[in-house]
Amino acid sequence: MQWEVVIGLEIHAQLATRSKIFSGASTAYGAEPNRQACAVDLGLPGVLPVLNAEAVAMAVKFGLAVNAEIAPRSVFARKNYFYPDLPKGYQISQYELPIVGKGRLRIDLEDGTGKEVGITRAHLEEDAGKSLHEDYHGLTGIDLNRAGTPLLEIVSEPDMRSAAEAVAYAKKMHSLVRYLEICDGNMQEGSFRCDANVSIRPKGQAALGTRAELKNINSFRFLERAILFEVERQIDVIEGGGEVVQETRLYDSAKNETRSMRSKEEANDYRYFPDPDLLPVEITAELLQSGRASLPELPDAKRERFGAEYGLSDYDAAVLTASRELADYFESVVANASDAKLAANWVMGDLSGALNKAGLDITASPVSADSLGGMLRRIADNTISGKIAKQVFEALWAGETDADAVIEAKGLVQITDSGAIEAVIDEILAANPSQIEQYRAGKTKMLGFFVGQVMKVTQGKANPGQVNEILKKRLDG
Amino acid sequence: MLEKTVAELSAGLAAGEFSSEELTRFYLDRVERLNPELNAYVTVTAERALADARAADARLAAGEAGPLTGIPLAHKDIFCTQGIRTACGSKMLDNFIAPYESTVSQRLMDAGMVLLGKTNMDEFAMGSSNETSYYGPVRNPWDVERVPGGSSGGSAAAVAARIAPVATGTDTGGSIRQPASFCGVTGIKPTYGRVSRWGMIAFASSLDQAGIFSRTAEDAALLLAAMSGFDPKDSTSVDQAVPDYRAELDGPLEGLRIGIVREHLESEGLDGEVAGAVRAAIAEFEKLGATTREISLPNNHLSVPAYYVVAPAECSSNLSRFDGVRFGYRCEDPKDLEDLYKRSRGEGFGAEVKRRILVGTYALSAGYYDAYYKKAQQIRALIREDFRAAFQEVDVIMGPTAPSSAFRIGEKTDDPVSMYLSDIYTIAVNLAGLPGLSIPCGHSAGLPVGLQVVGDYFAEGRLLNVAHRFQQATDWHKAAPGAIA
Repeated sequence: MQWEVVIGLEIHAQLATRSKIFSGASTAYGAEPNRQACAVDLGLPGVLPVLNAEAVAMAVKFGLAVNAEIAPRSVFARKNYFYPDLPKGYQISQYELPIVGKGRLRIDLEDGTGKEVGITRAHLEEDAGKSLHEDYHGLTGIDLNRAGTPLLEIVSEPDMRSAAEAVAYAKKMHSLVRYLEICDGNMQEGSFRCDANVSIRPKGQAALGTRAELKNINSFRFLERAILFEVERQIDVIEGGGEVVQETRLYDSAKNETRSMRSKEEANDYRYFPDPDLLPVEITAELLQSGRASLPELPDAKRERFGAEYGLSDYDAAVLTASRELADYFESVVANASDAKLAANWVMGDLSGALNKAGLDITASPVSADSLGGMLRRIADNTISGKIAKQVFEALWAGETDADAVIEAKGLVQITDSGAIEAVIDEILAANPSQIEQYRAGKTKMLGFFVGQVMKVTQGKANPGQVNEILKKRLDG
Repeated sequence: MLEKTVAELSAGLAAGEFSSEELTRFYLDRVERLNPELNAYVTVTAERALADARAADARLAAGEAGPLTGIPLAHKDIFCTQGIRTACGSKMLDNFIAPYESTVSQRLMDAGMVLLGKTNMDEFAMGSSNETSYYGPVRNPWDVERVPGGSSGGSAAAVAARIAPVATGTDTGGSIRQPASFCGVTGIKPTYGRVSRWGMIAFASSLDQAGIFSRTAEDAALLLAAMSGFDPKDSTSVDQAVPDYRAELDGPLEGLRIGIVREHLESEGLDGEVAGAVRAAIAEFEKLGATTREISLPNNHLSVPAYYVVAPAECSSNLSRFDGVRFGYRCEDPKDLEDLYKRSRGEGFGAEVKRRILVGTYALSAGYYDAYYKKAQQIRALIREDFRAAFQEVDVIMGPTAPSSAFRIGEKTDDPVSMYLSDIYTIAVNLAGLPGLSIPCGHSAGLPVGLQVVGDYFAEGRLLNVAHRFQQATDWHKAAPGAIA
């Protein structure tokens, strides 16, 4: 049997507001437990929620960025269930009337093709607190600092057909919310969380199979692994004569498996109803207008412009626009260096490699865009060779800021004076007659030997093109 | 001092006839003497009251006093008061001291009022007789074998017995107007959104509204002006200027169009003497220049069933926070989380509260939501529409506040539906969010009868004017229970 995989994602993006969605308490991460939970967050009797207008503005911005319908009137509803880290016994969310309706997001696949994924809806809601199971000797600690943090839950259509597509969608969404500056995207701190609805069906069948909802996925790598595991599990179940049951499954990254958390029967009846403490959210034409005006250049548009304006390949443009910070860095380098292709190669090559190795983000790069641009200018004007530039780059990484000063101090200026290069070459040829014979006998790769010798003597500073040219002339001559 | 209204006490304080401290001691003495039998107060804050009074006297002396400075009052124990227990009539909150002040109590405190204590009430405001309180029933000062009405029974009894000159209450389905009627005092429930709900423990959020018990409409006007107005902490409070209610009190009633609800006077359970007292009161208004006409509220008969879906649904959710985890009652030695929830709630809540949580949970359940909650909201829209149409033709609507005078303690405790029907005339007003008041208008077998006056949205000034002019012309509001001296 040929199986088709069907995946839909629910992404919870924590909105980057300073205060909570319904109270004035701070949303900053990492405070001592319960120090950022006010009376409203604690769900004390008689307190009332007041909606944070900034969270609404961010949701609107998101909706506009995915070409979604923005509801002129949306309603907060209570989702009722008991849990110790849910102070009021209900979560304020949106149910029948979410703020963002149907939209779409374009994703890029590894084979170079693209695909549109439908967005069903996105709604505002408050986060719960955290239950702490360690360090309490059989008891459970409750930390309500996170309670009331604003979330945008973004629900996709079941449009993805592989783990790779799901990851591409999640990454694109991650990039988008960071472009919009509505979410810091920190997956380790839980600012961007993915739940995956996974099912399989025989290829060609229209009806969807029974799905499992995978939770507790906190990296793109785990998203891919969890889906791959789950798909195999479902195939095994069905091919073994069983049936997939609708349930919530927890992904265990240590064991790389998913396991049942609760079945549909055990699921809560949330008894949604409109929250009488909050008025419906009215989105005015002015708010839409200011939302539109505040939209930055979005990833797809920026990528197209990078291709057209800088003559980059689609791949390079995609890599460089994956995050707004990287794109901004690249453009600063280009502004300094003028050669865009060279800048792209260095940013995507040596710089990204060094950053990855050091575990740093582009925003924390020890080499500023100005410094890198300064160095690239010296490659472009032949002051240094690409190879020598690696030494300059190392110095910049180590803390130097001015490429020219490094080149000067280390004496790295390229030798382009043909006379000087010829003198070195003549010396070397004179010292290696047997190698000349070998070359002339047809062993042409001996050329490399001579180039190496020249570079050794000149400490790599001789212009490689000129060295090659002169050597060939002498040897073939 | 005993028979002086707030307005008169205010004049006395301003003229230096007595100090706020003297006035406060006078009331504290009465509380000490009369409360043990009436059980109107659950907490008496004598020390705080005297401190408030001295501060008020200083303000008076400094010429910085307002009309309410130095006047003692009692708060229904549903308003959170910082540092003073707020139990809401429940074992669940017997140990609860709020770290914040309700907007209502804060505004009256800012006006310089003196807090005598917190009054008894039905548990979480769920009841019509004050018999569901964890702290025992309140007794009606007119007849201590009878109920004071509910849920704000303690506040109504306190004002009737002159152990508070004035008191706050809340009204979700009649909880100010019905006890005002039973105890022979003036009680006003403003338009939904007129007064902030911040710090007022929620029963049914879309219906709850704070109001006042007083001996006169004039006193109610004074307090309402001080406690009303937009509050950024309550999204459902309305941002509309608060009029000077006192200035409107003396307006003429000539040409006032009174609507009499046909369905009210035809209703089966209506006591004959109550109906007679109400008719006589309306005749008095005609003498004052008003005209009457019969109107119809065709969906009024659906108000009690709709209310007993909406209010329990909201309460089932509002009361979920009482889970034994962060505050309030927690059972002894819970063996696991489920046990903690079940026993804390099972032991902490009384029978009526549990009944309503169960009803509300059912009404919101998957598969029943459309048949109950959604249907009830549709009825609510119809009721609102009935009133809207009525107010095209009339200025105010009058009728009995309750079908009978105060019933006996224990008389209806085993028959919840009969108990619910004692709010049959008041509930529709909450469903529509309109303002309503009850004023004493006669007696039935020696017990007070209330006249309900309902106005259009934000017509509190008109209601108080109508009530004030009636009180200028009649003496029913001056009648006091015999055994209170």
